[in-house]
Amino acid sequence: MENIEQRVKKIVAEQLGVPETDVKIESSFVNDLGADSLDTVELVMALEEEFECEIPDEEAEKITTVQQAVDYVSANLSK
Amino acid sequence: MGFLADRKILITGLLSERSIAYGIAEACHREGATLAFTCANEGLKDRVTDLARQFDSNLVLPCDVASDQEIAAVFSELASQWDGLDGLVHSIAFAPRAALRGDFLDAISRDTFQIAHDISSYSFAGLAKAARPMLREGASLLALSYLGATRAIPNYNVMGLAKASLEANVRYMAMALGKQQIRVNAISAGPIRTPAAAGIGNFGQMLKRAAEATPLQRNVTIEEVGNIAAFLLSPLASAMTGEVIMADAGFSHGAGLMAE
Repeated sequence: MENIEQRVKKIVAEQLGVPETDVKIESSFVNDLGADSLDTVELVMALEEEFECEIPDEEAEKITTVQQAVDYVSANLSK
Repeated sequence: MGFLADRKILITGLLSERSIAYGIAEACHREGATLAFTCANEGLKDRVTDLARQFDSNLVLPCDVASDQEIAAVFSELASQWDGLDGLVHSIAFAPRAALRGDFLDAISRDTFQIAHDISSYSFAGLAKAARPMLREGASLLALSYLGATRAIPNYNVMGLAKASLEANVRYMAMALGKQQIRVNAISAGPIRTPAAAGIGNFGQMLKRAAEATPLQRNVTIEEVGNIAAFLLSPLASAMTGEVIMADAGFSHGAGLMAE
């Protein structure tokens, strides 16, 4: 079983069409990986599907880096 | 050969692989239709062009439906490429985000009312007006609606009013175009997680509750809506016009209560 960080990175790479090696834990979706606003909306949707969780709008707005996505998912899966 | 062989269809509202328009394009392509697409602005053109390629189409025409000139330009370009049009899919809706959450009266304003109705309802008639000279006998026009048109649904707010207008538009357009055997229908799809739906407040909750309260005990997919769309766009639906077809796993036929 892959850990959460690997799964998040994989989804980010797929969704933003970048090589997985470019996706670092500190990468910002918009500043480093070239995401536009639609990409970020879709990324959140992809994370929700992968981890079968619900990310409310207020929380989704705060997820702008790989680290933040990993943190959110980790916190909400352990609940 | 599929049941849309030799039919030329223009699809609006394709934005991503999660768009309802994507499910419709997939089904139409499978059934043999030749497709063209619009994109709302130049910034989206590359994205839509990539998606269009999946359906063997290289026709992507910029069209901000708020502009009569851009609508006119779409059909003058299309007329130079195609000898006629057999189908038009309207899968466009917009209201400012702030209008789609919270108390209906607090959220609504003259501005958001006008924008929602212009982009989400008028544009269907606007596109049909411009398409009319190239619509062939037997052509089929299709719009996407939602239950919020006929029932009050939390957070859907002004978009419900715009969808009510869109559904009325379907009936009037059906009347106007019927003499040429051109049909106009809408699909009222159950909630689907699309990029556009992400703008609706508390959408995740709405999906969950709807799934629990449908006879089929689940939500619907863009593929399922696509199949119904392909049918309505085809001669198989030749007796149907002015209809709003529910594609909602039966939700609207219940009372919104969960089964045991």
